Amino acid sequence: MAFGAFATATTAAEPAARRKSPIALLLLLPGLFYLGLFFLVPLLSLVITSLQEPDPLIFGQYQNAFRWENYVTVLEQYWPQAVRSFGFAAVATLCALLIGFPLAYFIGITLRRWPLLQALALVLVIAPFFISFLLRTIAWKQIFSDEGPVVGFLQSLAILPPGVAITGSAFAVIFGLTYNFIPFMTLPIYTSLERLDLRYVEAGGDLYASPRSTFFRVTLPLAAPGIMSGTLLTFIPAAGDYINASREFLGSTDTAMIGNVIEANFLVLQNFPAAAALSLVLMAAILVLVSVYVKRSGTEDLL
Amino acid sequence: MHRPLPEDPMIRSLIAQAKRAQLSRRAMLAGTGAGATALALAACATGAEELTPAEDVSDTDKTLNWANWPFYIDEDEEGGYPTLERFQEQTGIEVTYLIDVDDNNSYFAKVRDQLALGQDIGADTVCLTDWMVNRWIQLGYTQELNKDNIPNAANLVESLQNPAFDPGRVHSLPWQGGFAGIAYNVEETGEVRSVSDLWRADLKGRVGVLSEMRDTIGVIMLENGVDISGDFSADEFNAALDIFREQVESGQIRNVRGNAYTEDLVNGDTLAAICWSGDITLLNFEAGYEKWKFVLPEGGATLWNDNFLIPIGSPRKTNAETLINYYYEPEVAAEVAAWVNYITPVEGAYEAALEIDPELAENQLIFPNAETLAQAKIFRGLSAQEENEFQSAFQSILLGS
Repeated sequence: MAFGAFATATTAAEPAARRKSPIALLLLLPGLFYLGLFFLVPLLSLVITSLQEPDPLIFGQYQNAFRWENYVTVLEQYWPQAVRSFGFAAVATLCALLIGFPLAYFIGITLRRWPLLQALALVLVIAPFFISFLLRTIAWKQIFSDEGPVVGFLQSLAILPPGVAITGSAFAVIFGLTYNFIPFMTLPIYTSLERLDLRYVEAGGDLYASPRSTFFRVTLPLAAPGIMSGTLLTFIPAAGDYINASREFLGSTDTAMIGNVIEANFLVLQNFPAAAALSLVLMAAILVLVSVYVKRSGTEDLL
Repeated sequence: MHRPLPEDPMIRSLIAQAKRAQLSRRAMLAGTGAGATALALAACATGAEELTPAEDVSDTDKTLNWANWPFYIDEDEEGGYPTLERFQEQTGIEVTYLIDVDDNNSYFAKVRDQLALGQDIGADTVCLTDWMVNRWIQLGYTQELNKDNIPNAANLVESLQNPAFDPGRVHSLPWQGGFAGIAYNVEETGEVRSVSDLWRADLKGRVGVLSEMRDTIGVIMLENGVDISGDFSADEFNAALDIFREQVESGQIRNVRGNAYTEDLVNGDTLAAICWSGDITLLNFEAGYEKWKFVLPEGGATLWNDNFLIPIGSPRKTNAETLINYYYEPEVAAEVAAWVNYITPVEGAYEAALEIDPELAENQLIFPNAETLAQAKIFRGLSAQEENEFQSAFQSILLGS
């Protein structure tokens, strides 16, 4: 639906694309087939699993049923982790925006006169992708460890009281999420800003707008589509992330997110209906949150 | 209408599938939507019908796939496996050694759908921990071992011959075993001798424990004086769980982790931990000196084994049995144990090790004597209901709810 918003907006802007043609339909077929096979079928299987009831005789076996109580049970049991997930994801998205926007502005606008530097800076943003994010996350765990440089430095400045650790805290998890999603935030904003016609900004100045109000009234609205896709690309996967918050990485028993709950239910407890119900709840919640966001920010016209 | 089913196990299971699908009206209804959905459903559907072992083609197919845990077989500097290479030369069976098992649960999640259909999971033998083997046997996911092909099985130590989950070792044979005990950093903290010592004030926030319920709760129960191999009650389990919850919530326990707990010991996040015996030997070897000391807690340690089993869909059972037989030769077992630092279940390996390396043979973590073994207990098998209840309670602490 978030993507639906993009789609309708795009077609509204370019009415030519609306013309129906059999070739377009034919070209669409592989995509539709792919979506049908790899999205709809698993989704249906997920819905069926979420309504199953346990086999009375064998542990870990389930029968098809219509046990909608599964949803009530998981919500009652795991609402704190669900709330935490969206909280962490929201904070991480905000942090990534605060870091990603200036970065994108610098690369897209300030470095415009030096294409080589611009290209180099872009490579640096993408460079972390060359290494598995699992390894990078483990590396942060080492850097933040109790005997590591960060804790030692902060303690010597008396910023961090003795006995307080970074790894396993909410800070570490949000840091990990922010760090891992910065490129996803920066790149869409960069593509918006890179196309920005600087004559608009000049015009703002000519009309006696302060730099501040030029930024808020000209630059920011023009970058809105990028900010929009950047925040969505960050928030949606971050809410379901189970790596950063995992006890094996940056998290601890205090930081479990909904992804970790699903993992535990699926792998250890073998409670497949609960895991499926939680996944669907997560999908629904994200759908609602994102559609409210798209609606409220009213960016459809801008896209 | 009662015609005998065809011999081919694949076709038999397909027919069984089709029959079940006919019976289930809901499955049919859902299936009418799309053919693909029906297929997906068939794959997801689970039933308790009798599974039949795959036909053995070992006579013509001289290959074997063996799934095992990381660092669980002797390796040489080029990354080869010396004992396994000798096996291939001797028997002509070509073995593909797969390091596929990182966790009992996630491995099971990966293969359970195929097992439920009696299909080949891509491994002809796999080594899994006692309680998981128990689950496979109960579900009928294993083939019976033909001991005629494994004469060396007579070398199995007596204490492991009749576990509750597999009396007489019909379906499984141990590969390696180990203790869960306590390790502490000798440079950073004083002696830790019991589980209670882990709750000392100077270790606050620096204690790690394992996410394996049977080991962590097991050693706490032993500290409470409960015999974990006996018929303990839910109350006794919950008493230990309460201690665990209290220590997690107060922040005494820093983290609850799987294999990755060794990283915490190395980077100093934890100074003492409930851990597995073989890992500490390896950590000290990498550090170059005895930085961590492993102790069997005063209350007692848990003892576990990983066992060979042959999945129901494996068509190379005899080859797998030939391999198991080979690893039950005392000399071979001693060579493996010397590298992996875990306990070998093979009688006579100790004597064989004495000849190779007397110092090694005296290592109580690899060749424990009767006195050492008396300090360790095996966690008893849990009923499905207990498993569900205990695991839910344990996981709820790990998830902080």
